Amino acid sequence: MPWLRLIKIGDWLVIFVAALLVGLSFPLFWQGGMADRAIIRQNGQVFADVDLRARRQLEVPGPLGQTLIAIEPGRARVLADPGPRQYCVRQGWLMRPGEIAICAPNRVSLQITGRTKVYDSISY
Amino acid sequence: MTQSVIELTVTDEDRRIAWLATAAVALSLVDAAIPSPLPGVKPGLANIVTLVVLARYGWATAVWVSGLRVLAGSLLLGYFLAPGFFLSLSGTVLSLATLGLARYLPSRWFGPVSLSILAAFAHIGGQLLLARLWLIPHDGVFLLTPVFAAAALVFGTINGLIAAKLLSDPPPPPEPTHA
Repeated sequence: MPWLRLIKIGDWLVIFVAALLVGLSFPLFWQGGMADRAIIRQNGQVFADVDLRARRQLEVPGPLGQTLIAIEPGRARVLADPGPRQYCVRQGWLMRPGEIAICAPNRVSLQITGRTKVYDSISY
Repeated sequence: MTQSVIELTVTDEDRRIAWLATAAVALSLVDAAIPSPLPGVKPGLANIVTLVVLARYGWATAVWVSGLRVLAGSLLLGYFLAPGFFLSLSGTVLSLATLGLARYLPSRWFGPVSLSILAAFAHIGGQLLLARLWLIPHDGVFLLTPVFAAAALVFGTINGLIAAKLLSDPPPPPEPTHA
């Protein structure tokens, strides 16, 4: 291979070290990518703060009725909500820290958090 | 006729820098024409010129060629003094500084590929640093680091290989002596 001849031993070393750094940078910079907990709020108050490890369902009472929330390992979603437009239900599974489903009519919100705190918006 | 004409003597060194910078600018235009999935992920073809110039004519010439390329390229593409210009500048400054140090690596073991990869990493480092300090003062910009780093590795290697190929050909016909 004429092209391979152009790569010297030190170049291979640099390529190897650089590839290693790139590989390490993914877990290092994307560590917030693991969903750890789900915080469920009712009327602004924390209703439940659950671990995303066990499979379970929660019923959250609100002014319109019951909002049904499903928790599964690594993800959570709003299963059913009495609200008229169903935005929070149609959002589907939330699995990244910072994601949030808000059922405004029933005043229920479901937010995913990770080990590191992430922001849902940036202001400056 | 007045005699007060300012004489600008153009040396061969100046002409060479101008020609090489022109080549680099042309490559940055090609670069800009290539569609990219993410702003900031670019092949950086003009760095091939920088690498060849560094090997053939030394670091000072490489600095001139890169500087002119950033300036003329931004003027032609219409982002002179826009944020993109300063990102380009900070990346170029840092990668030139890195090349200034890396050129002392023993050339027996380290070729243009090493220099290219190191320069590419310095380039994204400079850009991310400036973006973090000035444009998006939030650690969120570092979420893009792995993507940029991977792109730097891939394109750095490819550019380095092209530069090595060009340098492995016999040098151009001898020119008047240069320092």
